[in-house]
Amino acid sequence: MVRPLIDRLWGGQTVPVLVVLVALVALWYGFAVYLNAPWQVDVYAKAKAEWTAADLIADTLNQERPVLPAAHQVFAEIWATTVERPVTSRRSLVHHAWITLSATLAGFAIGTALGIVLAVLIIHNRAVDRSLMPWVVASQTIPILAIAPMIIVVLNAVGLSGLLPKALISAYLSFFPIVVGMVKGLRSPEIQHLDLMHTYDANGWQTFWKLRWPSSVPYLFTSMKVAVAISLVGAIVGELPTGAVAGLGARLLAGSYYGQTVQIWSALFAAAALAALLVLLVELANRLVLKRMGMAP
Amino acid sequence: MTPVQTALAYLVATAGLAGAALPVSALGTPVTGLPVLAAFAVLAVASLVRFRLAVPVWADGLLSLLGAAALIAALPDIGRAGAGFWMLLVAAWAAAWLFVERLIAAEPAGRRSRLVRLLVPLYFGAWILIVWEVVVRGAGVPFVLLPPPSAVGVRLMTSSAILWADFRQTFLKAVLIGYALGCGSAFLVAIAIDRSPFLQRGLLPLGNFVSALPIIGVAPILVMWFGFDWPSKAAVVVVMTFFPMLVNTVAGLAAAGAMERDLMRTYAAGYWQTLFKLRLPAAAPFIFNALKINSTLALIGAIVAEFFGTPIVGMGFRISTEVGRMNIDMVWAEIAVAAVAGSAFYSAVALIERATTFWHPSIRSG
Repeated sequence: MVRPLIDRLWGGQTVPVLVVLVALVALWYGFAVYLNAPWQVDVYAKAKAEWTAADLIADTLNQERPVLPAAHQVFAEIWATTVERPVTSRRSLVHHAWITLSATLAGFAIGTALGIVLAVLIIHNRAVDRSLMPWVVASQTIPILAIAPMIIVVLNAVGLSGLLPKALISAYLSFFPIVVGMVKGLRSPEIQHLDLMHTYDANGWQTFWKLRWPSSVPYLFTSMKVAVAISLVGAIVGELPTGAVAGLGARLLAGSYYGQTVQIWSALFAAAALAALLVLLVELANRLVLKRMGMAP
Repeated sequence: MTPVQTALAYLVATAGLAGAALPVSALGTPVTGLPVLAAFAVLAVASLVRFRLAVPVWADGLLSLLGAAALIAALPDIGRAGAGFWMLLVAAWAAAWLFVERLIAAEPAGRRSRLVRLLVPLYFGAWILIVWEVVVRGAGVPFVLLPPPSAVGVRLMTSSAILWADFRQTFLKAVLIGYALGCGSAFLVAIAIDRSPFLQRGLLPLGNFVSALPIIGVAPILVMWFGFDWPSKAAVVVVMTFFPMLVNTVAGLAAAGAMERDLMRTYAAGYWQTLFKLRLPAAAPFIFNALKINSTLALIGAIVAEFFGTPIVGMGFRISTEVGRMNIDMVWAEIAVAAVAGSAFYSAVALIERATTFWHPSIRSG
C-alpha cells in the first residue's frame, strides 16, 4: 500500500523539483557563508574579538551589504518593501513593479498588434514576403537591446518621456516572435481545407476569418508566451539609462551604484515573479480561449 | 498584369507627373532646374507605355535606381525638399516595388530562382537605406535624432580603430569566451543528469522556468563579483546561455526513437557507444537550435552588462557614453558593427549546422 505511493511521488514531478529546490537553497546558503566570510573575519580582526564557527556563520548570513545575501535576507527585504510599506511610497517594490509592468503590458499590446498586422501582410503579398521576411529573421540576430538606451535618450530629447519610450522598446522586442509565429500559424491550414473554402466560393476575407485566423490561434498564444517574457526584459533594460528614477530596472541600477546587494536581489526576484505571473496569465488565457473554440486537446 | 502591378504602374506615372509639376524645393525651384531629376520624372511618366508595349522587367529596376541616384544627387542643391521632391521619391519607391512584384511573378527556374531569392531582400535593404538617407536629409531631421546612413558610413571609416578595440573587448573576449564556457558546461551537465531520470524531472521544469526569466538582471551582481573588466561580462554570458543549452540538450538526448535504441541493444552497444553513435547525433538539431539562440543572447548579455560598469572600452560602454555626448553617428556605427557581428556569428553557427546535420529533414528539404 505504501510502496506504490512512494513510487508515484518519486516518479512524479513535484518531489524531484522540490528536492532540487532544497538542494539549490542549501547551496545558496553554503556560498553565502563562503563568500561573505573574508569580510567578516576582517571585522573580527579589527575588533580583536574572539569568534567561533557558529558566530561566523550567523554573522555572515546577516551582514548589511553582503557579497551574496542569504535567502531569508532577500525575502525579508521583499516582505518589508511590499507588505509593510504603503503602495504609494517610492520605496515600495509594488510601486516599482507596477511601473515596469505597465510599460511591459503597453509594449506587449503594441508589439502583438504590429506583429499580427505584419504577418497578415506577409501571407497575402508575395513581394512583401520575399522582401521583408529575410530581414525579420535577420533582425533577430541583431542585439536590439543595445539600441535601447539610445531610443530612450533620443525620445527624451524630443520631449517623449515616461511610459512610451520603454513601451516602444518592449514592442520592438516582442513583435518578432509574434510575426514569425503568426506567419506559420496563418499558413497552417491544410490544402484540403483551403480547397474546401474554394468550393464554397469563399472570398479572401471569408477564408481569412473562418479558416486562417482560427487555425492560427494556438500559434499566436505560443508566440505570445515568448513575447511577454521578452517584453519584460525590454522594459527593464529600457529603465537602465533613464537615470534610475523608477521601475525594477532602476532599482537594479541604483542597487549596483550604492552596493545595496539585498536591494538588487529583491528586485531580481520581483522581476522573476512578474515574468512567471505574466507567462502564467497568457497560458491561462490560452487554455480558456482554446476551450471556448473547441480546440482544447 | 495583377491588380497590384497595375495600381503600382499608375502610381509611378502619376507621382512622376506630380513631381514634375510641383516645386522640388521649399524655395520653389522647378524640376527643370535639375536635369537628372527632370529626366527621371519624364521617364516615370513615359513608363505608361507599358500598357501598349511589353517593357522588360529589368527596365523597372533601372528606372527606380535612376530615380534613387537622381534624388540623392539633387539633395545638396535643393536644401529643404518640396512637395515635388517627395512625389518623385514616391515614384521611385513604387517603381522599385513594381520591379520586385514582376520579378517574383516571372518565377525563373533553377539557379536563377536562387539568385532572385537573394536579390530581392538585398534590394529591399538597399531601398530602406536610400529612403532613410533621402528623407533624413530632405526633411532636415536633426542630426542628434537620426543621422543619415552616409554619415554613419563615414564614421565607420574614420573611427575604425576605436570600433575595432571595442569589438575586441566585447566580442572576441567576453562573448566568445562566455559562449564557449556557458554552452560547454551546460552540455556536460546535461550529459551528467541524463543518467538520472530523477534529476531530469527535477531540473527540467526549473530550467524551463529560468529560461523565461529576465536573467539579464543578474548583470549588476556579476559585475560586482568579477570586477569591471571582461570576465564579469563573460560571466553574464555564461549565465544567460546556460539554461537554453541545458534544456535543449536534455530534450535532444531523449529524441532518439525506441526502435533505434533497441537496435543498439541488439548490437550489445554500451552506454557510451549508444551515446556517441546514436543519441548525440540524434540530439544535434536540438543542440544547434540552442547554439543559435545563444549566439544572439550572448551579444545582448555582454553589451547590456557593460551598462553596469566597464573599463573605458567596449561596445556597450561606447554606446552609453556617446549617447550622453550626443554623438549619435558613433552610436549607429557601433550598432552597425554589433548587427554585422551578431548576424555573422549566427550564420556561422547555422553553416556548421548545415554541414554536420545534413541528414535532417529540415535541411534536406530546404
